[in-house]
Amino acid sequence: MGILIYTETENGKFKKSAYELASYGRAIADQLGVELIAVSFNHRDNSSLGTYGVDRVIQFNDPSLENFTTQQYAANLAAVAEAHQTKLIVLSSSANAKYLAPQLAVLTSAGYASNVVGLPQSLDPLTVKRSCFTNKAFNTCTLDNDINIIGLSNNSYGSFENQKEIVVEESTAIVNNISFEVEKVEKASGTVSIADADVVVSGGRGLKGPENWHLIEGLATTLGAATACSKPVSDMGWRPHSEHVGQTGKPVASNLYIAIGVSGAIQHLAGINSSKVKVVINNDPEAPFFKAADYGVVGDAFEVVPELIEKLKAFKNS
Amino acid sequence: MKILVCISHVPDTTSKINFTESDTVFDTNGVQFVINPNDEFGLTRAIWFQQKQQAEVTVITVGDASCEPTLRKCLAIGANKAFRIDLNPTDGFQVAQQLSVHCKEENYDLIIAGRESIDYNGAMVPGMLSAMLNCNFVTNCMSLEVEGETAKASREIDGGIETISCQLPLVIGAQKGLVEEKDLIIPNMRGIMQARQKSLTVLPPVDGQAKSAITKFEKPAPKGAVKLVEPDQIDQLIDLLHKEAKVI
Repeated sequence: MGILIYTETENGKFKKSAYELASYGRAIADQLGVELIAVSFNHRDNSSLGTYGVDRVIQFNDPSLENFTTQQYAANLAAVAEAHQTKLIVLSSSANAKYLAPQLAVLTSAGYASNVVGLPQSLDPLTVKRSCFTNKAFNTCTLDNDINIIGLSNNSYGSFENQKEIVVEESTAIVNNISFEVEKVEKASGTVSIADADVVVSGGRGLKGPENWHLIEGLATTLGAATACSKPVSDMGWRPHSEHVGQTGKPVASNLYIAIGVSGAIQHLAGINSSKVKVVINNDPEAPFFKAADYGVVGDAFEVVPELIEKLKAFKNS
Repeated sequence: MKILVCISHVPDTTSKINFTESDTVFDTNGVQFVINPNDEFGLTRAIWFQQKQQAEVTVITVGDASCEPTLRKCLAIGANKAFRIDLNPTDGFQVAQQLSVHCKEENYDLIIAGRESIDYNGAMVPGMLSAMLNCNFVTNCMSLEVEGETAKASREIDGGIETISCQLPLVIGAQKGLVEEKDLIIPNMRGIMQARQKSLTVLPPVDGQAKSAITKFEKPAPKGAVKLVEPDQIDQLIDLLHKEAKVI
């Protein structure tokens, strides 16, 4: 009957989203008076989940789970859901969770709502608010099924400590014979991904060329931020596609989004709408971004950004 | 190789989003509809397989007759034939269910859908379809090669890229990067004329229920005016971000 969450790890640590899911799941579990169950894969130290309200952790440790594959991960999550007669599964909006969710929905005959913001408006039938039209709107959606899956938008709920006595259970993995092999996983080391970043610094055509990206990178390093760019910048090959933020690129839901030399086309603004605080630096006071931003500087990025970096360093040291 | 490309008929990215009937229905008034951009990246890659590896490319959509111009555009771009399942779907599950019945009859080697549509952003159809067909699945697909029965694909993950080797049949969730923007095909007059002669078959829907229903739409609350900081007062910006916005 418990609520199930899949708590993701990276480099041997829980991701920030794992604690957010725990906090979110805790709130619903309390409303229903049921247990909050977390599932973790190939990760041994699960005690920190108790700090965020998890009652029980079911851990799987198996060589077949070393690389993320939806086939193996979804099969094991479905087995836990069945064993615990789970009615509600909550997943994050990471690339892996969004990869897995629709397959898990079919395996468990569940309804699925992605990009959910906030706690459900009703639990019977399950009614949630989710973003749609690439953050240009929201819809309220009802899922009247025996089992449902919520895909929670990253950084939309927050993490709250709520210490619980945690029970850790080791479970034996189901291993499917699959014709699917992850050959290589390449990750940039030492940088923050756009999906996981608290702060994102983004550059547009106003920076005039890729040779000026040291400004974006310098500011990002100072803030511990991820770097991003506008569509024209990725289309011209100044920056990789993976940095393109907007309607056909990536959505950003950071706490702080700083746009430098980005005019603010409607498609770009849609992509960053879920970010909490937006700052724009642009020499054109008519740039549409100023209408979407919280704070703005009308000025030359080549002068403003180096000064901002210097002053931020001084601020951090003070 | 038999390829199916699943097409979603969506409002153009520049559309202003409005709702009617007490905010329960998307207002299509004055909205231009296009091929969902993620589907178009997938279709473009499918046409590459058609030209280089003699693949047959079929396009399909689940929707009413208003989607047909979008399917004709796919035919003008180069798809060999089109199907339309005549149902105005309620959710992504229902779309996947309808498509799965067709796919089981046709035995496609490769099924391509956009990783998500830009209207409802459900990101449900390709993953659900792969599970219903019990075949391999790669979403956020950035590259795809097929040789015989084996596919090599790459998937964008948070902060990196994963390289995958797997057997067909395969379902792909296409996205930007799978093909370059400059390789997108703009139909020429010959393509448009040929598209009129190509087959577009309307299929009746099969029985099946959606698993979710939209009851209401709303737009984000309007935001307040921007606070401007003079370029020579950067300290003030840092102060606002620290004390007022509390983000640094």
